[in-house]
Amino acid sequence: MLDDFANQFLPSTVGGLVNGSIYALIALGYTMVYGVLRLINFAHSEIFMIGTFASLTVLLAIAPSAPFTGIALVGVLVLLIVVSAVVSGASAVVLEAVAYRPLRKRGATRLAALISAIGASLFLQELFALVVIDWLIDKPGRNQASAPRFVARDTVFEVGNVAVRLDQVIVVVAAVVVMVALDRLVNKTRIGRGIRATAQDPEAAVLMGVSIDNIVRVTFMLGGAMAGVAGALYVMEIENTGYMIGFVLGIKAFTAAVLGGIGNLRGALMGGVVLGLIENWGAIFLGSQWKDVIAFTVLVVVLMFRPTGILGESLQKARA
Amino acid sequence: MSGARLGRVLALAAASSLALAACAGGGGDSGGGDAATVKIGFMGDLTGENSAIVIPPYNGAKMAIDEYNATNPKVKIDLIKYDSQGKSDQATSLITKAIGSDKIVALIGPAFSGESKAIGGTLEESKIPNISPSATNSGLASNGWKYWHRVVANDNDQGPDVADFLVKAKAPKKAFVLSDDQEYSVGLAEAVAKKFTEKGVQVETDKFSKDASDYSSTVTKVKSANPDVIFFGGYYAQGGRLLKQLRDNDVKTLFASGDGSLDAQLVSGAGEQAAEGAVIACPCNIPSAEATGESKKFFDNYKKSAGSDPAIYSTEGYDAATAFIKAVQDGKTTSEDINNFLTSVSFTGISKPIKFKANGEPENNSIFVYQVKGGVLKLLGPSADAKLEG
Repeated sequence: MLDDFANQFLPSTVGGLVNGSIYALIALGYTMVYGVLRLINFAHSEIFMIGTFASLTVLLAIAPSAPFTGIALVGVLVLLIVVSAVVSGASAVVLEAVAYRPLRKRGATRLAALISAIGASLFLQELFALVVIDWLIDKPGRNQASAPRFVARDTVFEVGNVAVRLDQVIVVVAAVVVMVALDRLVNKTRIGRGIRATAQDPEAAVLMGVSIDNIVRVTFMLGGAMAGVAGALYVMEIENTGYMIGFVLGIKAFTAAVLGGIGNLRGALMGGVVLGLIENWGAIFLGSQWKDVIAFTVLVVVLMFRPTGILGESLQKARA
Repeated sequence: MSGARLGRVLALAAASSLALAACAGGGGDSGGGDAATVKIGFMGDLTGENSAIVIPPYNGAKMAIDEYNATNPKVKIDLIKYDSQGKSDQATSLITKAIGSDKIVALIGPAFSGESKAIGGTLEESKIPNISPSATNSGLASNGWKYWHRVVANDNDQGPDVADFLVKAKAPKKAFVLSDDQEYSVGLAEAVAKKFTEKGVQVETDKFSKDASDYSSTVTKVKSANPDVIFFGGYYAQGGRLLKQLRDNDVKTLFASGDGSLDAQLVSGAGEQAAEGAVIACPCNIPSAEATGESKKFFDNYKKSAGSDPAIYSTEGYDAATAFIKAVQDGKTTSEDINNFLTSVSFTGISKPIKFKANGEPENNSIFVYQVKGGVLKLLGPSADAKLEG
């Protein structure tokens, strides 16, 4: 048992970090929307799914015959990330306008918005399964869709007994860069101040001249864009997607957001990485079928002692 | 959808009133119950993630029934499809509709083991004879169901046979047996692991959720165990992803799997290079272009009617439908009569000689082995005397 642990610890850590980065990117969208609107946007997992299909479609159009290297690789990677971020961000804005804004304007309860979120989630899944996937990539909507390889699985460096591959490095580095940029944006810019003000006290923010509608739109857009980046990285790493892809990942990312402290950007990052690592470490002892059980046990235990998550604070206080 | 169904009901009504009129002269005594059409259902995953295993048997069944209806028989058969997407909950509500409002007299399917287990009890209570062309979980036969049948060998035949084959081909010291958490997958993996252990092969195992897409912890375990052969129990959607991630992490060990993975999408999911050399067992013998005799005829007709080459379980679907057709030809049009007929049915099917044991299992249980060569699945032969290539 201890021997297993020694052998599997480092490879599991690498795998956990890669998964955790993707969880964290998706978790940002849950956390930002919650911070501003106190709403769990359950359709966020579908925004991620839309991001994977945006990347997949571009990738199929490029149709790489062999993995890219050098400048071409960076170019394609940036292209995919930008396209997915734009498509997902725009989808999130539309989602907000269609599924949430009308409810908000009429002062509906939060419960109504939650039901609307679940409805939007199912609607988007089926829309893709029945129409969009077939139209985009000409494959039956409920089958899995494979992406061609464009990043070689070359070893970049070795730590102990584990070879860290190029694609894994790209996922982690890209995720960190994007998250630092978002953190900067929220903490240092004018629009970020508006987001934080709205999160803290919407009424006072209005009195100070902040346009709530704009702030909500921007929040959805940024959260959606993060999910789009996650989608692009996912397609590069797993090379596979489908209409239900957001379901499990969405639940995991939501868990990560709660684990880190929902409404808190750095908490989402931390929650994602912690969740990814604990899942993989736990699997060493108990087997991979226990991954989900381990993840949720940790969540319950953390919430017992820290009901607001590991970092606990919310978006408005994250001004360091 | 409902418009089409209404049309069908009207057509049926018209047909039965014609039949009534026809027998009125002869002093017909059977009244309205004597319909000129019987309805048979087909249930399985027709549009879901693993539908590639179910569409071929559906095409096979449809072809058999179309051929039969084209002979202008006294009683025609109407094939109604029920798309369960392989999900037990959907199967449960569909079967209620099939029995309650569509009034099917028999069912081909359900295609998968999980859904078969879920609705087997309902079929039994409603006395609807059913023949699955593809559900291979061994436990299904031990429920004491009288109306349940299948035309494929179960995982207790497939598992040990493929383990024996791998032991013979590779003489492994250590095997790693993987599966996801579905009914079929777990059963097959356990059967394989048991046989390996009997043969003195050291076995390590791991399982993952069917919805997982990242298998890094599983891959890590396999890599650290360094086995001589890997067996995966499960369907091609998961199998393809798993195989890709194993190969990406430099695990070059021989990868073997069962009938659920026997589809071209295993190759497209994993990538041609990663899939090369993978071994897949199946209680099915898929007719190819080089086939002769009845198989060749089936190949040509199937290609004409379905628009593609026969694939996994297309012959089993055809044979399951044929068993029901023979019952109807024999004048058995109620569920009870059809089920009684099945206890003694015996004919040479395209897939194998069709004859059922008392528990609904087929008499014939041969297993065949396939290998991925140059991106396509190639038949190596019956598991007893197949030889690995390369």
